[in-house]
Amino acid sequence: MDFFERFAVPHPSFLIYASMVGIGLTMIAIVIGITYFKKWGYLWSEWLTTVDHKRIGIMYLLSALLMLFRGGVDAIMMRSQLALPDNTLLDSQHYNEIFTTHGVVMILFMAMPFIMFFFNFIVPLQIGARDVAFPRLNAISFWLFFMGMGLFNLSFIIGGSPDAGWTSYFPLAGNEFSSSVGTNYYMIAIQIAGIGTLLTGINFMTTILKMRAPGMTLMKMPMFTWSAFIANVIIVFAFPVLTVALAMGTMDRLFGTNFFTTVNGGMDMLWANLFWVWGHPEVYILILPAFGLYSEIISTFAKRNLYGYKSMVASMVLISLLSFFVWAHHFFTMGQGALTNSIFSITTMAIAVPTGVKIFNWLFTLWKGKIEFTTPMLYSMLFIPLFTLGGVTGVMLAMSAADYQYHNTMFLVAHFHNVIIPGVVYAMLAGLTYYWPKLFGFMLNEKLGKWTAWVLSIGFVLAFIPMYITGLDGQARRMYTYSESTGFGLLNMVSFVGAAIMAVGFVLLVYNIYYSTRYASRDISNDPWDARSLEWATHTPVPEYNFAITPQVNTTQPFWDSKKNGHQLFKGKIEKIHMPNNSGLPFIMGCFFFVFGFAMVFSMWPLVIIGLIGILACLAYRSFEKDHGRYISVEEIEETETKLRGAKQ
Amino acid sequence: MKELFPLKQVMGFVFSLILTAVALLVYFTDMSFSVGMTVLLLTAFIQAGLQLVVFMHAGETNDKKSIYTNIYYGLLIALITIFGTLLTLIWDM
Ligand code: HEM
Ligand SMILES: [Cu+2]
Repeated sequence: MDFFERFAVPHPSFLIYASMVGIGLTMIAIVIGITYFKKWGYLWSEWLTTVDHKRIGIMYLLSALLMLFRGGVDAIMMRSQLALPDNTLLDSQHYNEIFTTHGVVMILFMAMPFIMFFFNFIVPLQIGARDVAFPRLNAISFWLFFMGMGLFNLSFIIGGSPDAGWTSYFPLAGNEFSSSVGTNYYMIAIQIAGIGTLLTGINFMTTILKMRAPGMTLMKMPMFTWSAFIANVIIVFAFPVLTVALAMGTMDRLFGTNFFTTVNGGMDMLWANLFWVWGHPEVYILILPAFGLYSEIISTFAKRNLYGYKSMVASMVLISLLSFFVWAHHFFTMGQGALTNSIFSITTMAIAVPTGVKIFNWLFTLWKGKIEFTTPMLYSMLFIPLFTLGGVTGVMLAMSAADYQYHNTMFLVAHFHNVIIPGVVYAMLAGLTYYWPKLFGFMLNEKLGKWTAWVLSIGFVLAFIPMYITGLDGQARRMYTYSESTGFGLLNMVSFVGAAIMAVGFVLLVYNIYYSTRYASRDISNDPWDARSLEWATHTPVPEYNFAITPQVNTTQPFWDSKKNGHQLFKGKIEKIHMPNNSGLPFIMGCFFFVFGFAMVFSMWPLVIIGLIGILACLAYRSFEKDHGRYISVEEIEETETKLRGAKQ
Repeated sequence: MKELFPLKQVMGFVFSLILTAVALLVYFTDMSFSVGMTVLLLTAFIQAGLQLVVFMHAGETNDKKSIYTNIYYGLLIALITIFGTLLTLIWDM
């Protein structure tokens, strides 16, 4: 029995046991369901082994939505606990575990896969490519991400959740103060997912540099592709730092090294330092693709070319560089001198400048545009004022002297939610609504969509604006309760109501998906929004080879030109198309990574070695594998094309 | 014969062995900390450059420009990170 004791949850509660049962039952139901409907073969051959960028994108999307739900439940629990002073819904340990999980899940397992979904689905279509540069690697990226996500999400029912915050600062995160396996999960699950992300970065940098359609020079790329390119460059340069920091943290916890300890020459603040060397660029990895999506949406629905294309590109390039110059603004209060703080204050404020340039470019695009208020456009219009507020409070935080007042208070919490929700989350929902018809062949209901946007925004304002006030009044972040005499009660109750309204918004979104799946018309064109870039030039559903003939590009909006200015997109005749073969290897390798990671968490060395051998065997197999892909014949393409054309006029 | 013999690679290999040997001296002989560190840093960077150019063929294809841009950008970021870290954690503490 001893063996199994290590898997027990150290700090159990009724909720955790209930979730355990719930998760167990869901798993059983899924297995029975798939078996009953005889879908195992379909699942394996169409999804688990796929290397198609569109399908990998959809799997990222499903993961992201699932994690949005999980992180959202955590958020509601936290807000319920804080709704009343001296509340006892959660105890301090549970509160710690929940805010830690919430942070990690939302940033790394919700926002990241959401942008990965857009990279995967949109970028190859926008540049007129057939797939990404390394399709097999792309599948590996996904499965590593997925296994990391799975591992992290197991923690609360097997062995206990991490509880040292999503920033996991040492010495708190060291063995002395975090003795459960929770922080091992943090170190190893993020490591596995992070390697997947790094591979995506390399893959998409190469794809965008090498696989653009003829005529698409760098300065003729659509804005979303530009933003994806810059974000992937940041990934390639920022993620290695995380990899190294996590490896050092893992060694401290499992092998007794002293990188971040307070004894034997260890340096605890080095963790905070390395974490933010990655962490600040990470927030730009999230926001830049969001900016890219807003650019696409705003120019489509203002019926105008994007204003200031060159300054948009220049500001993103500048942001990508500056984002590596500012990290110390996350620990102004750590004890370094005024000189250092001043330097990092100035660089931080400097970043607001290119960000501001982009805001003005969107405003100028709207200026004199024929604005059409669709749901994606509504999100974009809500984004501009709300995000600007978050940017302004960011500049307040950037003043190091003033930050001593704001740091680690609810003011900070308000700031980053204020940039992340209207900035990133709205962009994801706007982009999802915008691209939904290309994904699934029908539109989401506009009326429900607009309701969702408004409900979310009202909820957002109610939930987060009060935190600016309580933060300035001294309410600390990450505190599981406060006494009545502080007077924070009322505003926290308002926050709770806001959070509940946001939950209603999420339910509306899900209902919209259900409703539209059942009732929406399937009779839509390939280009329902009258859009401007190449992803709309192909059929819906997108055939596996994307474009029967590679498109010719001569401006930043080739598809618009083909509709309005007589530009001929598809010249020449259909030829056979070379496509990569599916492969089970990425999934199998992901499973070995999972075994390896799980065994590492619990220090089960024989199993660690088995996992490692499995990983190496997969790598070796790949080295000797001969796989030259396959060809789709001209007849087959013509058949698909007529079928798809027939379906729509 | 000359075309068949990979002179560049063999020289590179010998040179990288020498660099390794020099780095090992730091462990086996009694140098002061700063001399040892200097030796290690120098040999490490030369070694990295050597590997990239000779054995990983940077600069032998049409992508030469992207590859070097990438390396220089990486170097720049690494230097910023290192000196920024030294500033925050040591020099200005
Ligand atoms: C105008 C641009 C911005 C400025 C000047 C700025 C400034 C700052 C500063 C100084 C802090 C640290 C405050 C403290 O700990 O006391 C901070 C925290 C944070 N910011 Fe921003 N920020 C900006 C934009 C953004 C964006 C676009 C995002 C995300 C998409 C973001 C996400 C965050 C997060 C997640 C934290 C806190 C992390 C934590 O401690 O857990 N910020 N910001
Ligand atoms: Cu930052």
